[in-house]
Amino acid sequence: MNEAPLDAHLIGIVRRPPRWYPLAVMLLAAVAAWGVYAWTVQYRIGLGVTGLHNRVPWGFYIINFVFLIGISHAGTLVSAILRITGAEWRRPITRMAEVITVVALMTGAAMVVVDMGRPDRLLNVVRYGFGRLSSPIIWDVLSVSTYLMGSLIYLYIPLIPDLALLYQRLGPDAPRWQRWLYRVLAMGWQGTPRQRARLERVLAIMAVLIIPIAVSVHTVVSFVFSMTLRVGWHSSIFGPYFVVGAIFSGIAGIILAMAVFRRIYRLHAWITDDHFRKLGWLLLALNLIYLYFTFSEYLTIGYQPDEAEAVLLQLLFSGAYGRLFWLMVIGGLVTPALLIVLPSVPSLRRLAAVPVLRPVPVALAAASVAGSIFLFRLLGIPGPTAALPIWLNWEFLQWPLLGLAAVLVISLIPILQARPVTSLVIASILITVGMWLKRYLIVVPSLAVAQTPIEAIGYRPTWVEWSILAGTFAGFALLYLVFSRVFPIISLWEVREAHEAGTAEPSGGRDRPLRAAEAAP
Amino acid sequence: MSGSPRARITRRQLISAVAAAGATAALPVLALRSRPSAAATPAGRTNRQWAMVIDLRKCEGCTTINKSPQCVAACQKTHHLPEGQQWIRVVSEQDERGTFFRPIPCMQCENAPCVAVCPVGANFHDAAGVVLVNQDRCIGCRLCMAACPYDVRVFNWTQPANPPGAALATYSPEFPLPHRKGTVSKCMLCAHRTAHGELPACASGCPMKAIYLGDLVSDVATNGDEVVQLSAFLSENHATRYKNELGTHPRVYYIPGHGEAFGRRAGS
Repeated sequence: MNEAPLDAHLIGIVRRPPRWYPLAVMLLAAVAAWGVYAWTVQYRIGLGVTGLHNRVPWGFYIINFVFLIGISHAGTLVSAILRITGAEWRRPITRMAEVITVVALMTGAAMVVVDMGRPDRLLNVVRYGFGRLSSPIIWDVLSVSTYLMGSLIYLYIPLIPDLALLYQRLGPDAPRWQRWLYRVLAMGWQGTPRQRARLERVLAIMAVLIIPIAVSVHTVVSFVFSMTLRVGWHSSIFGPYFVVGAIFSGIAGIILAMAVFRRIYRLHAWITDDHFRKLGWLLLALNLIYLYFTFSEYLTIGYQPDEAEAVLLQLLFSGAYGRLFWLMVIGGLVTPALLIVLPSVPSLRRLAAVPVLRPVPVALAAASVAGSIFLFRLLGIPGPTAALPIWLNWEFLQWPLLGLAAVLVISLIPILQARPVTSLVIASILITVGMWLKRYLIVVPSLAVAQTPIEAIGYRPTWVEWSILAGTFAGFALLYLVFSRVFPIISLWEVREAHEAGTAEPSGGRDRPLRAAEAAP
Repeated sequence: MSGSPRARITRRQLISAVAAAGATAALPVLALRSRPSAAATPAGRTNRQWAMVIDLRKCEGCTTINKSPQCVAACQKTHHLPEGQQWIRVVSEQDERGTFFRPIPCMQCENAPCVAVCPVGANFHDAAGVVLVNQDRCIGCRLCMAACPYDVRVFNWTQPANPPGAALATYSPEFPLPHRKGTVSKCMLCAHRTAHGELPACASGCPMKAIYLGDLVSDVATNGDEVVQLSAFLSENHATRYKNELGTHPRVYYIPGHGEAFGRRAGS
């Protein structure tokens, strides 16, 4: 590792952002603005513009809230837990993780306001809330706002030395607002030993404080559900189940962020394959724990003769939500686990020698079969009853398609195996989508199970909800991108410190041996 | 178990019951005279603890008179409910003897999940034990809807249609008009009527007189036709509470039946 190139590289980004940057900002801002527009429509007319109704009163917004609060656990895990355990490799990725936390908490909190029937009465929560400590929503308000404040501090404190450096390095030709911003935020940092000692101390305290806060946050998010009498929600496993799910999706989120930033800012020298590999193992561990929780949760529900619970399981396993459920389990939990392990199973390399397993021809064959199925359906050529040759029958053609898809997946194995980072990134995408689906499957089916003899109605989100969903994620990406352009996305002084520790005079740090070992060539 | 001790009526109880029954019969008149309006009743001072008894032997879902359930209609009319909204609904259920009808108003739970989970205290028990919603305070988070095991809460998803003149009405949780967008509402046991000594709209609107308003303090109940001793009426007729096992302590009691009082055969 070399500190000077990193400083120069990241200050270069701050000084002159890449050419695509304004375009990306405009694009994301446009999508976010569309989401805001959809929200104004909802504000004007009411929540009636959504697919929600009296039987399923919660939908996309609450799902997004749980999902985003989950993603926010990336920051805590990587920067606090790894800091406390002295995992030196964390240094180049702490900043990225901490920003995810702050941005996810902000967008997640916005989701709550979007979900409110009367956002104009938001302050009622403060006015009347503190006498209402029996309400899980008040627990959420207290916990999430504490976490947001804590993670803002935890993001800002280690930023200070970098801000001072930026102010110093940015020439007088830089925009005045930028120089002003760095000067004010740097708070007169000069890097004196006293300042450094104080910085380390504050960071150590914050790292310890933020972990229980983070655990409490996702626990009380789960309590909003588990404190009710709803089938599938009223479960004591929900607290830890949500916390594990949050850390799980949080790691997937940070891996995706690392992959994106590494590519767009060319950070390959600092965000190495080794970082991906290490986070990959953490991700796998959480993946398996989450599978275990999922298994024990549904086994416990399913083993009981309770009628309502049987209805819920039927809905999830084979009913209206069956497809989504198995997509989540197979696509979002099992496949990612396999993708993470894949590069570590050398014997699979032999698959490359099998002549049939050539991804391009197989993919072409699969695509042509899928295309003809689509064409036949479009042309209205009917199913098995028609007096047509069997290969013109789209119901029959589904089976060769399935077979080809399976062959395609197998043929991709050697390719993914040679590219562990790609494999991990695909796994992270699947996990992110899968965990969003999982939250959908937690929120909606339990509400859809009728508690009284009542007409069961499903939930169909409208364009407003889809728009706000798109706007939220665009807003998330926008805030993240803007941060990375205004501030260094890698903690410069922390990386430099690790580098110096290997060469310079050692001076009293609790994790010295590890650090020295890491920096040694 | 020797059954409920209330099943046996001592002479003393009988006398007090008769006295109370007489008082209740006079209640509407007296109440109307002494209390000109609900607003004049100081909230928090009442010697009533309201309960409701629904005699399912008399409820046949208004099928024998070929009408939609009349309790629902009366409720909608009294509260000027927006089209399609129901604060009481009638569902058909099945037991070992056949189908029966169950009117479901708010259960006025003593241990109400909706009151516990409300983040702003918009759900509360009034002095008579009725669960009310303050729609001036409700933020529309709908956690109470998720928490209610009886599916009785409804949300005003858009601006609800209000009757002409509703704007002039003074809003109070006891008589929630005008209806407010983005807030939760539900049956409030016609707090504006019981304060006058009147029966709730559903009870007076029921052509079969299946719905009784009861007072746990004076231990009487009436459907407008007859006056009964509440505790005896409940225990003698094996009254149950809906989903009693949840521990929400509903104030609404059901006397099991299949509408047989009106010639309805179970299973028909």
